[in-house]
Formats: sequence, C-alpha cells, structure tokens
Amino acid sequence: MAYSKKVLEHYENPQNVGTLDSKKNEVGTGLVGAPECGDVMRLQIEVDPATQKIVDAKFKTFGCGSAIASSSVATEWLKGKTIDEALTIDNMDIVEELALPPVKIHCSVLAEDAIKAAIQDYRKKNNMPELQLEEKIVH
Amino acid sequence: MLKLPIYLDNSATTPADPRVVDTMVPYFYEHFGNAASRSHPFGWEAEDAVDQARERIGKLIGATDKEIIITSGATEADNLAIKGVYDMYSRKGNHIVTVTTEHKAVLDTCKHLEKQGAQITYLKTDAEGNIDLNELESVVTDKTIMVAVMYANNEIGTIAPIRQIADIAHKKGALMFSDATQAAGKISIDVDRDGIDLMAFTAHKMYGPKGVGALYVRRKNPRVKVTAQMDGGGHERGMRSGTLNVPGIVGFGKAAELAMMEMEIDAARLSVMRDRLENELCKIEESYVNGNRRSRLPHITNISFKYVEGEGLMMAFNQNIAVSSGSACTSASLEPSYVLKALGLGDDLAHSSIRFSLGRFTTDEQIQYTIDHVTKAVNKLRDMSPLWEMFKQGIDLNSIEWAEH
Repeated sequence: MAYSKKVLEHYENPQNVGTLDSKKNEVGTGLVGAPECGDVMRLQIEVDPATQKIVDAKFKTFGCGSAIASSSVATEWLKGKTIDEALTIDNMDIVEELALPPVKIHCSVLAEDAIKAAIQDYRKKNNMPELQLEEKIVH
Repeated sequence: MLKLPIYLDNSATTPADPRVVDTMVPYFYEHFGNAASRSHPFGWEAEDAVDQARERIGKLIGATDKEIIITSGATEADNLAIKGVYDMYSRKGNHIVTVTTEHKAVLDTCKHLEKQGAQITYLKTDAEGNIDLNELESVVTDKTIMVAVMYANNEIGTIAPIRQIADIAHKKGALMFSDATQAAGKISIDVDRDGIDLMAFTAHKMYGPKGVGALYVRRKNPRVKVTAQMDGGGHERGMRSGTLNVPGIVGFGKAAELAMMEMEIDAARLSVMRDRLENELCKIEESYVNGNRRSRLPHITNISFKYVEGEGLMMAFNQNIAVSSGSACTSASLEPSYVLKALGLGDDLAHSSIRFSLGRFTTDEQIQYTIDHVTKAVNKLRDMSPLWEMFKQGIDLNSIEWAEH
C-alpha cells in the first residue's frame, strides 16, 4: 500500500509524542482502541482552567502508520483550541488532511474518539457535566 | 556497495534466476510453436522442450514425467487436486481432512466443496504449527477420500511429518495430498519416500517464472485419477485442458534442475544467515519466534515484536527492506493472520509479527543492514507505543478494559 506524502511526513516526524502527568487535574487522558484490534491510541491534553484552552497535547499510539499520523495531526490541531472548539474536530477532516484511503478511515475515527475521551476525562476530573457523545465507531 | 531495497520476501515470490530466463527466451521467438501441433517442426520443437522440462520437474520430487500435470500455478493445482479427487472418488466417500493453517487455496476450495455436500474436518495445530497425529488417526474413516496437509507452512515454515501423515491416510484408503508450494525446491522431497499421492507446487517460488505450476498425480500404487476442472482440448492427459505455456514450462524445468543441484548448498547458506538474523533480532526485548524451530524451512523466520504493530513497524523500513507482516492492516480485512491465530497466538502478537524469508540472492551484508534497521525501528515504534509504556510501568494489559471495536 502506498502512503500519502502527508502520512509519511507525520510518520517520519511525529509531532507531540509523549506523556503528560495523568494525575494532574489539568490533564485529560483518552485511551481508545484495543491491542486485539491492532490499534491503541492514547491522547492527552493539558487545559488552562482559566481560559479552557488546550495548552499542550501529547500522544502515544500502537498501530499502523496511518494511526500514528492521525494522532500526530490531532495533537497539532488541539493545541490552542478551547475544549469546546476541540469537539468540532471531525474524523473526516483528518481523512482529508492525510488523504487516507477508505481502509484507513477507522484510524481517523479512533483519533476523534481519543480527542473526545480526553475531553470527557478532563471534564469529569473538574466536575463539569459529562458530554453526551454519539457512537461513531465504525469498525 | 549495498543496493537498496533489500528483498526478504522470498516466500511471496522469488526473482527468476537469470539462467532460467535465458532458457526461456528462445521459446518466445524462434521456437514459439504450440506443443499440441503435431504436424510441423514448430510444434515438435515445443513438445520436445515441454517433455524435457516435465522430466526435470518430475525428477525434483522423485516422480516420472507422466505424473506431472502442468497448471497455471499452485492455486490451480490445489483446486484440481481437491475438487478433482472429490468428483472422481465420490463412490468411496465425501470426507476430506485438512488443517486450519493451510493456504487459502486449500481452505477455500474445501469450503466450496462443503457447500456441495462434502464433509471436511479441519484439524487444529499446537502453538508451533504441528498437528496431533493421534487426532488425525481418530478422524480418518473409511469414508475419507483425502488427507490434505501442506508440506511446509508459508507463514512460519513449519515442516509437517508427511510420511507419517500419509501412512495414517493410506491405512483407511485415503489419498495423501500435499501443497508443497513453499517446500518444493527448498528441501528434499521424494513422493515415494514421503508417501504422497498428489502434490501441488509452483515455479515462481523456486526462481522460475510466474504463471506456471504443477500437480503431481501418482500413476502407480495406486493409480490416482482426478476429474478435470477445465474442459477443452484434452491436454495433460485429459486432466487439464489449455494450450501449454511453453516458455513458462521450459523455465520451470530449468528452475527445477537448478534447485535440485543447488538446494543443499542454498539451504546450508540460508539457514546460517536466517539463524543469525533471528538470533540478533531476538536480542530485542520481548520478541518471540513463531512456529517450530526444530523442523522448519531453512529460509524463513517469523518474529513477533510485542507492543508494536506490524504494519506500523514495517513502514519504518519498507522503502528499503521488503518483508511481510501478519498484521491486519496489510490486508483489507482488518483481521490479523489466521495462521498465527490458529497457533493460538493472541491477536496482539499476531498483529506484531513480521515474516522474513531469505533467498538464493540474499547476502550477509543485507542481513546486517536488516538487523540494524529493524532493531532501530522497533525501538522507535516502542517509544511511541502506549502499550510499551504500560508494560514498562508493570501494568498488566489484560487488566485494562479495552473498548472493543
């Protein structure tokens, strides 16, 4: 399978690989996927409580190149957004950005799920009402 | 100077040996005749060439030329063997025994026959890919027409004890069929010594051309017959119609002759390189060899690098090193290798597996490059892997409730 240039770029130089301290109240962690399915994505955000802006984002991903690239793009896009704005990131935006083929769309879905899970975790920790999320998992 | 990319996917296909190609070329130009044209020199030349090639192909496996039915490849030979025997031996029974780790060309053919009323028993294997001979003995009955077990597995290289399997089949009057696609030309095969009645193999895994293979069909003790699955001009003793691929067959013959002469030297050289590759890669923490390391093809190793995903790993070096992975992501199905799953490997290990298959043209320098770059890639991917981080923190991955999707 040939990869798009964008996927290769992110794979070669993934942005924001790393770990934030999940014990901190300002940090939200989303862990999605399963080892049995061949992809696990952990995405973390650090939020400024005063502005609700995401000041840092990190990921670690077990998966194919497209999953790694999707995580990398997601963390790039998260930084600087408020947690409400971050919810508007749609998996199809990632598909477009990385020119993912149809068999790799689930990688983008996983990234969107990871974003939502991280925000949900942050909201829970900070006693904010839980979001009602629609199931988007397609695989 | 090391030339990139390096080819370590010889179980998928091998490059044609230049000596093979040289023998083929005249059969595209001056000797282009149809081997079935009996009325002029063009046909006679082609027929002579086919006869000579058939003899060489037979010799490789201890068979006579009359027992070699030329096909388009091993998949067709598998189909012809299984469907052909099912049709021909319907009076004896409708039961076929095979194994869950067989190639799809065998499994899907069996599934096809199941729809037509065949009874198929799929034997399971142990973690190394071996079947239980006692279990085999207990499932073969008087209604069993065929036991179909591959000579050596394409993903892990495990070699089956074909003679013992054949003896069990023969006790109940069943035929022994073996798909020897990976083994033929790589290790010694003798259909009499091994008790094989039908055997499928192909040219392009032994440095011959693609698009030509063969089905061995025993002529004596017993005389085996298969019902043709392709009707037409009655070529190949009526078992497989279709104008013969003369250049391909000539190339197959040459490839078989070379394999016979060089098999031992190749195997000795390749197993040394394979072992070095395997031992060095196993120095990486949490890496495991899949399959049976004692009875195995000399040129294959299949290794799982835990906590990294196979396709993601391959991407780090697949511009420069060609291998294949049991990871789901290499196929459209999203299912990891059914062979590795059949061995009882967890999906996580199956997703993390890479098959390296060496060949006649593999060099020490290429192996060293591969060791260096695969090691580097595993480390890079593990730095990115949340599972590796958890493993290092001592978190039991089974204790986590994964969102199955």
